[in-house]
Amino acid sequence: MSKPYQYLDLAAVRAHLGSSRGRDYWRSLEELAESEGFQDMLEREFPRQAAEWTNDTAGRRHFLKVMGASMALAGLGACTRQPIETIMPYVRQPEEVIPGKPLFFATAVPVAGIATGVLVESHMGRPTKVEGNPEHPASLGATDAIAQASVLDLYDPDRSQTLTYLGDIRPWSSFLGAAREALNAQIPKGGAGLRFLTGAITSPSLADQFRTLLAKYPAAKWHCYEPAGRYAQLAAARQAFGQPVNTYYRLASADVILALDSDFLCTGPTSVRYAADFASRRSVRGNQIAMSRFYAVESTATPTGAKADHRLPVRAADVEAFAAAVASSVAASGAAGSQTATGPHAAFIAALVKDLAQHRGTSVVIPGEYQSTAVHVLAHAINAALGNVGKTVVYTDPLDPNPVDDFESLRELGQDMDAGKVEMLVIAGGNPVYNAPADFGFTQRMSKVKLRIHMGLYADETSEFCQWHIPEAHFLETWSDARAYDGTITIMQPLIQPLYFGRSVHEMLAAFGETPSQSPYDIVKGYWNRQHPGADFEDWWRKAVHDGIVPNTALPAKTVALKTGAVTPPRPVEGQGIEIVFRPDPHVFDGRFANNGWLQELPKPLTKLTWDNAALVSPATAERLKLQNEDLVDLEYRGRKVRAPIWILPGHANDSVTVHLGYGRTRAGRVGNRAGFDAYALRTSDAPWFGSGLAIRKAGSKFTLASTQMHYDMMGRQIVISGTVEEYRKDPHFVKERAEEPPKELSLYPGYKYEGYAWGMAIDQTACVGCNACVVACQAENNIAVVGKDQVQKMRAMHWLRIDTYHKGSPDNPETYFQPLPCMQCENAPCELVCPVQATSHSSEGLNDMVYNRCVGTRYCANNCPYKVRRFNFFLYSDWNTPSLKLQRNPDVSVRSRGVMEKCTYCVQRISEAKIEAEKEDRTLKDGEVQTACQGVCPTQAIVFGDINDSSSRVAKLKAEQLNYSLLAELNTRPRTTYLAALRNPNPEIEKA
Amino acid sequence: MSDERRNPVIAPGHTFATVTDKISAIVLTRKTPTHWLIPFAVASTLLMVFLWAVTYLFVRGVGIYGVKIPVGWGWDITNFVWWIGIGHAGTLISAILLLLHQTWRNSINRFAEAMTLFAVACAGMYPVLHLGRPWLFYWLFPYPNTMGIQPQFRSPLVWDVFAVSTYATVSLLFWYVGLIPDLATLRDRAKNHAARIIYGILAMGWRGAASHWQKYETASLLLAGIATPLVISVHTVVSFDFTVGIVPGWHSTIFPPYFVAGAIYSGFAMVLVLAIPLRAMYGLADMITPRHLDNCAKVMLATALIVAYSYVFEAFIAWYSGNPFEMYAIWNRMTGPYWPQYWLLIFCNLIFPQVLWLRKIRTSAFWLFIVSIDVLVGMWLERYVIIVVSLHRDFLPAAWGMYSGSIWDKATFLGTIGLFFFLFFLFIRSLPVISIFEVRTLLPEADVTEGVEK
Amino acid sequence: MSQIFHHSTNTLSRVSIFGGLFIVGFLVWAWAELNASTYATRAKVPADQPVPFSHEHHVGGLGIDCRYCHTSVETSSFANIPPSKTCMNCHTQIWNNAVMLEPVRDSFRTDRSIRWTRVHDLPDYVYFNHSIHVAKGVGCTTCHGQVNKMPLMWQENSLQMTWCLDCHRQPERFVRPKSEVFSVTYQPPPDQLELGRKLVAEYKIQSLTSCSTCHR
Repeated sequence: MSKPYQYLDLAAVRAHLGSSRGRDYWRSLEELAESEGFQDMLEREFPRQAAEWTNDTAGRRHFLKVMGASMALAGLGACTRQPIETIMPYVRQPEEVIPGKPLFFATAVPVAGIATGVLVESHMGRPTKVEGNPEHPASLGATDAIAQASVLDLYDPDRSQTLTYLGDIRPWSSFLGAAREALNAQIPKGGAGLRFLTGAITSPSLADQFRTLLAKYPAAKWHCYEPAGRYAQLAAARQAFGQPVNTYYRLASADVILALDSDFLCTGPTSVRYAADFASRRSVRGNQIAMSRFYAVESTATPTGAKADHRLPVRAADVEAFAAAVASSVAASGAAGSQTATGPHAAFIAALVKDLAQHRGTSVVIPGEYQSTAVHVLAHAINAALGNVGKTVVYTDPLDPNPVDDFESLRELGQDMDAGKVEMLVIAGGNPVYNAPADFGFTQRMSKVKLRIHMGLYADETSEFCQWHIPEAHFLETWSDARAYDGTITIMQPLIQPLYFGRSVHEMLAAFGETPSQSPYDIVKGYWNRQHPGADFEDWWRKAVHDGIVPNTALPAKTVALKTGAVTPPRPVEGQGIEIVFRPDPHVFDGRFANNGWLQELPKPLTKLTWDNAALVSPATAERLKLQNEDLVDLEYRGRKVRAPIWILPGHANDSVTVHLGYGRTRAGRVGNRAGFDAYALRTSDAPWFGSGLAIRKAGSKFTLASTQMHYDMMGRQIVISGTVEEYRKDPHFVKERAEEPPKELSLYPGYKYEGYAWGMAIDQTACVGCNACVVACQAENNIAVVGKDQVQKMRAMHWLRIDTYHKGSPDNPETYFQPLPCMQCENAPCELVCPVQATSHSSEGLNDMVYNRCVGTRYCANNCPYKVRRFNFFLYSDWNTPSLKLQRNPDVSVRSRGVMEKCTYCVQRISEAKIEAEKEDRTLKDGEVQTACQGVCPTQAIVFGDINDSSSRVAKLKAEQLNYSLLAELNTRPRTTYLAALRNPNPEIEKA
Repeated sequence: MSDERRNPVIAPGHTFATVTDKISAIVLTRKTPTHWLIPFAVASTLLMVFLWAVTYLFVRGVGIYGVKIPVGWGWDITNFVWWIGIGHAGTLISAILLLLHQTWRNSINRFAEAMTLFAVACAGMYPVLHLGRPWLFYWLFPYPNTMGIQPQFRSPLVWDVFAVSTYATVSLLFWYVGLIPDLATLRDRAKNHAARIIYGILAMGWRGAASHWQKYETASLLLAGIATPLVISVHTVVSFDFTVGIVPGWHSTIFPPYFVAGAIYSGFAMVLVLAIPLRAMYGLADMITPRHLDNCAKVMLATALIVAYSYVFEAFIAWYSGNPFEMYAIWNRMTGPYWPQYWLLIFCNLIFPQVLWLRKIRTSAFWLFIVSIDVLVGMWLERYVIIVVSLHRDFLPAAWGMYSGSIWDKATFLGTIGLFFFLFFLFIRSLPVISIFEVRTLLPEADVTEGVEK
Repeated sequence: MSQIFHHSTNTLSRVSIFGGLFIVGFLVWAWAELNASTYATRAKVPADQPVPFSHEHHVGGLGIDCRYCHTSVETSSFANIPPSKTCMNCHTQIWNNAVMLEPVRDSFRTDRSIRWTRVHDLPDYVYFNHSIHVAKGVGCTTCHGQVNKMPLMWQENSLQMTWCLDCHRQPERFVRPKSEVFSVTYQPPPDQLELGRKLVAEYKIQSLTSCSTCHR
């Protein structure tokens, strides 16, 4: 890591501390902190708020001494005074800013080009928290984990901060000079040597800029490459309909859903909306019992599969055969009743098809984004046959103005570069050197290009191979626009000036064109002005920006006819043996978020792994190959080899290994570097998502993986109470019978009285899809520290809200349940009465307050917490030094120091704020006026929070449900957080089989 | 009486003079014997280890220990309970046996009490060391503050603060008062002027006048009276740390008696571990006679049986309660990942000590030493099993984890052992290890009635 | 054998035994006192400022309302320190070349904020909200003292937790009519307790002493 740094001169420190009078020693320490050596040292001590994961002993030893000094002082602190602080008002205070009150601005989070509308909270100009935009079709007020974490990317101190030429710092102007020169050379050839490479782009204004630019250089080419893009969808559309088509589904009106190896609930920019629609049909309240039925066929076990009423693990390659079988019998069933399919899953298919056939127009078949073209085509066929098109399945024009096949596009570029046709390559976003298919030899070919320009958030693997690197502006720093899954456009507004002098692609293209000095604002606004000429434009613009959606820009549904013969007979699965499956990582995606500490430390659904990816195998396969968790193996595939640790995943298809992309980065930053292994090294363009013929060889050694959960079995305890809709119909009280509340008076201490509000939470385990959005939301809202792999592995992760995962039944295909576990806020709280210093005590509204500044850290409360929701700062986990990270912090929540306990408090800062506002208006809070961070972000509204004293509140109604129960009720802790039992709606015909 | 003859509390042939000479010589001799220097050097080294570990702890934070969520307490509290337990024998011997007129105690109570003090000193540090913010430990005491709040008196940890500090104070007073007459003896026999001054100050002008003796007797009786309930109360309160918790394996009503018995058990083991080498080193076999060893061994055997009963009943109650969590907790101790610790503890505390039924063993210094060490190990394991094994798997399987002490846990423990012996050897060299005047009372000469008959 | 100690030692030892106790007691007391002292709290100590702004002159003399400068006191947790612009509203006209005001003009010119010394500075783990206190009839001077008599601003009260609790436990002792909240001349009536109880009921003032009222 970088240059050897200046050690802090401790003699000087001591002298300094010695000389200074008690009253301003704090100052001295601050001055210390400002000294370069100290800063540099801290940088290494706490790389990116992860206190514990470097083993830089030299740095540590020095750090110790200083910490020693500061701690001694902290000791004295008990009987001395606070430091004198200064306060700096505005010179001219902006009108809309009220110090101490946050503002919200609408914008959108683009992932792989597709937007999710969000509202971003800003404290005096610092974006601190992302909330969903209720108006936006892809959000409906919720977001996914990645959107929540995006705010941390903004402040990432590892983002590239300087424009460089061959590593030397250069001004923007000199880059313009160089670029213009090269461009002028291109003009005579009509830009024949000019190539642009971007990720998927849906921005109309950017597309417009490209068009104008390409008009000037007709022979130039614009390539798009998304390593985890929707290319199968487009390819399939071309094959099926003869034209690129964007497909999306209306799950709210689907009674029967079949997912063909699709993780539609948790992966991809549409997942938030899908999860919401899906859940809207899965809620059982009182005697309103209508519940959709969901079949999932998948290779890798995913949260989506976990939610299925019937889940069938099959190898990715066999999904096509399965789909074909379904297609044929559906086609047949159209003619004469249901006909029996053949093959291994005949019974399953028969029942499934019968079910589908009974729900023509209200059923839907969803092919996996990462499945073969053929499966997509089959899905189109089945949906057509079932008359779902136009009802549950919607076709529109593609979102991308430049809808290309990612791999074809990149291959073409590669060939051109090889042939020396390319003289100037502009890579705007994207990181092909890292994530191009292994068989392209992209890097070598790229080196044949004379002038290579890379624009990106990070000086990453690709910029290493480009002469020019231009720091890109984060989407929260600049103007742009983007389309959502249904085409709805959001105008993205910046919340802060670029922190690191980043420029947007808009600016660069403008610079290449006629208007070098145009600002992104002018560009975007100019474009929309051209779309909306007329006097009312200003108002229109203001409204569009304010609302975060451009009115009626959703793409119109489009009718396309299935080409005859589009459906090809299923190819026999080539190459026997073990299959390898590639998937984008659920959190770091294709690797672009690898340097995000929140996402790295976020336990991945089902595996609960953090900080690493692993080779996932089924229990049976592991047994057959004599593999155990954390065994290192060599994965050899088509002559390429990587070394990976094994993780056994119940429910995974046999003879199939899943590896997640996005790890093994070398230039991601201090967080992402050297985390996991690089699965791209095995990935080839002809089998981008799966292929057979993988060889697994044990390397003989072990590799420690940090998983946050070790036991997935409920040990016969009533933890997640589950049942079927049938059981519920027969006996609505079956839950209460299993979890009995002891009588109230069973307590030594007199019970509390709760006049006024009594806060409570109900969590619907039927709705929760385990997408982790709530966990990151909580982390962002409550300044929760990242602790690093080593500490997670020591079971010291800090998440206040965790999602416990339990398996039921055979490990080959278990039922899986998710249980989000925040603090239960017990009314008889075991933690409260054991704290010797009243650091955790009962509030008048029934919260278990946690007073960080009073805590001495006995950890007795954590020992005595039956839910183990308390988290302890074993070391100084919070980063108190990196300036950019301080900007992200929520000013309404204390940043915890070393040696104190912390835990969920139902976002008490939000409660107080809302209560104060209500009090000022002399009224009581309306239901839903206070939302906890986890509740606000939950796509399926599985988490409902409110006042249980108000019988009309949503939470009170849910707690009145028959399905409602308290976790570990028998302990008489009287938790304020309760759960609704998890219900499934299995198909009786399959249940019998 | 016949037993007295066969197996006297003090070997025949001793007179007031010989007793005084022999014991005070240990302190007042010019040259420091090597059999003192070597163990003292070892102890000092371990003490350095302790200082090193504690410094690192304060600098880095309690994370250097193996503790985690769910196992928030590990070696730290285990050691705390272990040391406190060891202390108990001293108080029992000096207070309870005094009240019961067990004169044989006279020749062992001095160093047993010293042991108590040093053990409590070692124990007393852990509650501070295990804190996340040790520099704020004083928040556990009620004191006038600007925050307008006081400790929470529902918390057993606050009870601990009072229990342990009272215990330490009373033991110290009791020990010191008991020392006064001997300090005077040393004052009068010391050749070195400085020594005479120091012993003089400590002796508080003791002249052995009848009035002095009368006051002395009253004082020591009173203190004995105060100390006696403490023997029971301290470890009862310590056991509350666990019984008040709801953790399966903690939440149990038999803990108080079971802990007290265990404490005395380990305490007597430590007394023997100290006494046996001591009598060998300084040839005190004629004052710490087989009779003493035998009696200590009997106490150990008795407490061993009480402890055994508790183990059996812990398991029985768990089964009888029908509470799945309790049942699993016990089952997990016996068959879970920590089964070796559990079964080793059963062997050390239940099975092996049964050899004490044999008189031969009870009177053989060598064998008693082995048994005592074995019991000390066993009692440490007992606390470890109760604390760690209960915590690591409680209610929600998703939150279960595994614990093991870090190098720093071990260093700190070794360190306190070092501290203990460091203090103990200083004590041997600077104060009479055996109460001179009390041993004198055991001599035939002291038996006034006999004198009359002659 | 010879006497080691002089006769006086007896007295000395007796004295020292009791003396020891007293010294310990004294230290504890002194320490407690120190923590409550104005030395520790900085109460009553005028803070030196880049510009010697006089509340006495502006509030007492000119009678400017608190809210003219502390704009967000009714709407936000933070009462707001006036931007340089606010000063310049008047001081472009009057005293517009007073040396004393150079820092203000400089800040206005260079667009760089004035670094005021923070007078009322709660620890970062305490979350105080001005707006609600003002809305519930807690007067400015109740906490900030007679600012109209402060040539240089100082902290009137200790701002220690006990001090907060005095009011949070018995609000009736301090509340005043909402109309009087911003009055610097208001004096609590002799029947404060009676009035207080009335107002507490009328303004629905709760006695909030849950930890999370202030600590998050």
